[in-house]
Amino acid sequence: MNKILFFAHLRDEAGYESVEIEAAGKTVAEVKEMVAEKYGVQKLDTSMTAINEEFSSNDEVIKDGDTIAFIPPVSGG
Amino acid sequence: MNYEIAKDPINIQSVIDKVVQREAGAITTFIGTVRELTKGKKTLYLIYEAYEPMAVKKLEQIGTEIQERWNGAEVAITHRVGKLDITDIAVVIAVSTPHRNDAYEANRYAIERIKEIVPIWKKEHWEDGEEWIGNQLETVPYPTGKPEEKDLNE
Repeated sequence: MNKILFFAHLRDEAGYESVEIEAAGKTVAEVKEMVAEKYGVQKLDTSMTAINEEFSSNDEVIKDGDTIAFIPPVSGG
Repeated sequence: MNYEIAKDPINIQSVIDKVVQREAGAITTFIGTVRELTKGKKTLYLIYEAYEPMAVKKLEQIGTEIQERWNGAEVAITHRVGKLDITDIAVVIAVSTPHRNDAYEANRYAIERIKEIVPIWKKEHWEDGEEWIGNQLETVPYPTGKPEEKDLNE
């Protein structure tokens, strides 16, 4: 299983801070599509993705147990 | 712990203390504060939220980048999360280096990098509504985790 984390407006849209899904073997791009559809989250094309707290590309493949976080454009500072 | 996400008000001196070193000829501090007016709109307060473990890692990465670029630099960064009122301190960056010019430059680099790669988000609460900043692409995502040369020169 994989944990998906939502932040900022994505969390507001999804209505969840985190969800568990089966994503092993899928690419980040595939997971983005799946999650957008299942949780009604928009704008994932403008979000970066972090796997286990490191930024990843859209073609990276998810392994079982990976934690996936969608990172909307950041605004700290 | 030179890199922290804090829930309580930041003690500026404690951030400075972390970069004190005998080799230093300069310490620069940057203090980011909550502004009342943004493009004429009045902010009532802000909520900052972080993906905390990753935010700490990315702050550490910024520190490492600075040390690779500016010889002998020591860096400490604390960013606050939660509800912040107008004039509250959101972030404190302290950099010490042997010479003052490096301390200024490295400190500037740190705040710019925070705005690029550290997973912290700001929700503005205005008189007439609220909005997560960044959802209109006010900041640029860097898919590689690093800005390209052209981004740094802008």
